[in-house]
Amino acid sequence: MAEYITYGKRQVTTDEILTPGHRACVGCGEALAVRLAGKALGRNTIIVTATGCIEIISSQFPYSAWRVPWIHTLFENTAAVASGIEAGLKALIRKGRIAQQGIKVAVMAGDGATNDIGVGALSGALERGHDFVYLCFDNEAYMNTGIQRSSATPLGASTTTSPAGKKSIGQVTWKKDMPAIAVAHNIPYVATACPGYPFDLMSKVEKGANTPGPAYIHILSPCPVGWRCAADLSIEIGRLAVQTGVFPLYEVENGKYKLSVSVAKLRSVEEYFKLQGRFRHLSPEVISQIQNRVTEEWEKLKEKAA
Amino acid sequence: MAKRVGMEVSIAIGEVVKLANADVIAAYPITPQTHIVEHLAELVADGELDAQYIPVESEHSAMSACLGSAAVGARTFTTTAGQGLELMHEVLYIASSMQLPLVMMVANRALSSPLSVWNDQSDAMAVRDTGWIQIFVENGQEVVDNVLCAFHLAGDQRVLLPVMIHLDGFFLTHMVEPILLPEQSEVDNFLPLHQYPLPLHPDKPVTMGTFAPPVVYSEIKKAQEMRLEASKEVILECWKEFGNHFKRYYSPVESYHSEDADTLLLTLGSSSETAMIAIDKMRGEGRKVGLVRIRLWRPFPFEEIRQAVKDAEVLIVLDKAISFGGPGGVVCSEIRSALYNQSKRPKVISFVGGLGGRDISPQGFEEIINKGVEISQKGSEREFEMFGVRE
Repeated sequence: MAEYITYGKRQVTTDEILTPGHRACVGCGEALAVRLAGKALGRNTIIVTATGCIEIISSQFPYSAWRVPWIHTLFENTAAVASGIEAGLKALIRKGRIAQQGIKVAVMAGDGATNDIGVGALSGALERGHDFVYLCFDNEAYMNTGIQRSSATPLGASTTTSPAGKKSIGQVTWKKDMPAIAVAHNIPYVATACPGYPFDLMSKVEKGANTPGPAYIHILSPCPVGWRCAADLSIEIGRLAVQTGVFPLYEVENGKYKLSVSVAKLRSVEEYFKLQGRFRHLSPEVISQIQNRVTEEWEKLKEKAA
Repeated sequence: MAKRVGMEVSIAIGEVVKLANADVIAAYPITPQTHIVEHLAELVADGELDAQYIPVESEHSAMSACLGSAAVGARTFTTTAGQGLELMHEVLYIASSMQLPLVMMVANRALSSPLSVWNDQSDAMAVRDTGWIQIFVENGQEVVDNVLCAFHLAGDQRVLLPVMIHLDGFFLTHMVEPILLPEQSEVDNFLPLHQYPLPLHPDKPVTMGTFAPPVVYSEIKKAQEMRLEASKEVILECWKEFGNHFKRYYSPVESYHSEDADTLLLTLGSSSETAMIAIDKMRGEGRKVGLVRIRLWRPFPFEEIRQAVKDAEVLIVLDKAISFGGPGGVVCSEIRSALYNQSKRPKVISFVGGLGGRDISPQGFEEIINKGVEISQKGSEREFEMFGVRE
């Protein structure tokens, strides 16, 4: 709990832009991450949400859990909608039709909406340089439709469309490195975050939102339903993901990598896996293969951040 | 006073979007619409039009960016054609269902495969049910005038719907025509400042695009249908107001020599001007033929159509799109539906032609009319005729 004590002195606003009463599952890591991101963004924000868990839990006609202007249109187009919002605001401010008050534009989308179906729209918006922050809440599968694999699902995880079976270890591909794809667009700010490290998450969202131009933050959001773990373990599992090197926390500012949480000695991936039913079937050989890859990637990251 | 200029229709569209003082243009290039986006990009680059130009990476994103821009209250324009319109398809429903007013030109183009950049109206027919106000235009002047009307209509608080204007690719987009381009002051007098009633803004947060459970979805769709139906009155009012300002008058359905005609041809888009040549010639030969053209496609002008064709014995409908495995042409099906319950109605004969840029000459229209009359008398084994196909 060392980090909590270190950061705990910070003052965090009690103002919530996502109200209680939304429909998230018990122990939802994503709802917590959205709430924390909301504290960092504040009320002077327009939020664009993709179809998915966030949208479903926070909006059902005629209700809304949002205290800020919020729009949902489709699954794969949030970055494009945000582009239009940003451009519209720019034009209206320049033409004197609305006041300049530094309105922030934030996208909230899941890993399916980001890594898979919306990756073209995201790439376009990042390349064009719109001033917005894109938050990907990655729960590592299509959880809203019932735990189907996405390209963010890690190797070995059993999902409903990558089920573990006699002839399959579950997901057979490595997790797509979405932050690296964002970095490749040469945008000013890219970061990874996790609600297990709430202050780190909030400061990154704030930084991303205040960065002129596009910012991309990839937030690992533990999902007890899809990861098949106890509902009170979202925080612990998120922290384990970081401490095992499975999901390292870092920032890339203007191309320069910096580790946010430095882990002296990585814990074993087995510790992370054993709390989650989605990895229960894995053989020691596969776990060892994953361990090697995680260690290798961690070393590469440390080199980049050196 | 308006200047009479010789101008390519695509360029004129760019000029009139400038006169309408658009705030955001999000578009992706596709033949035969490219001259429109190019000219708009030039106008923005030269500072002649103060707008944000978003060169998006796909048509899906073009329409999506338009949603965002319209939602913050910016006057928004885009344009596409053929495959681009198809790629936008699901986004089109969002614009109309969420009452996001914007204007789109569609340079009508055939659909792949095989690839064809040339004109027909397959793209338009595929988006028939998307909930947009849809207008088919005949010539350059009508395009220019209706772009202004479209901005006027879309932003009208009683409408707040997106407006799609269909113009035939190449036949219209690339044609140099004499066009009366209005002065800025004339446009400003006609077109009010765009004001969206509930834009996305932190000072007054609104939630847009919630999901709807079965208990309310039907009611929402009914309300949407009522809104589109009710827009017709406003469209008529808008055209009237436009006429008062510019002395050019538009109506949902146009008729040409139809008063005493026993045989009528019905078309959409630019082919009507060619068809008129055939009508004139046949009239000169003593034939009682006439022409009806649908300008307002959605909301569908039931009454005007019924009035326009009620005294004819034969009505030949030309579709520039095919409904595979169905009754041939979408337009013809709709006309038949509109007339079916009428006690007095013409026989309706369906022709499909002009696909993928195939020209229909005045002689061609004459053939269509003659063949249509023959079918009306002798009948046919086929549900529809495909005109001009080498067999």
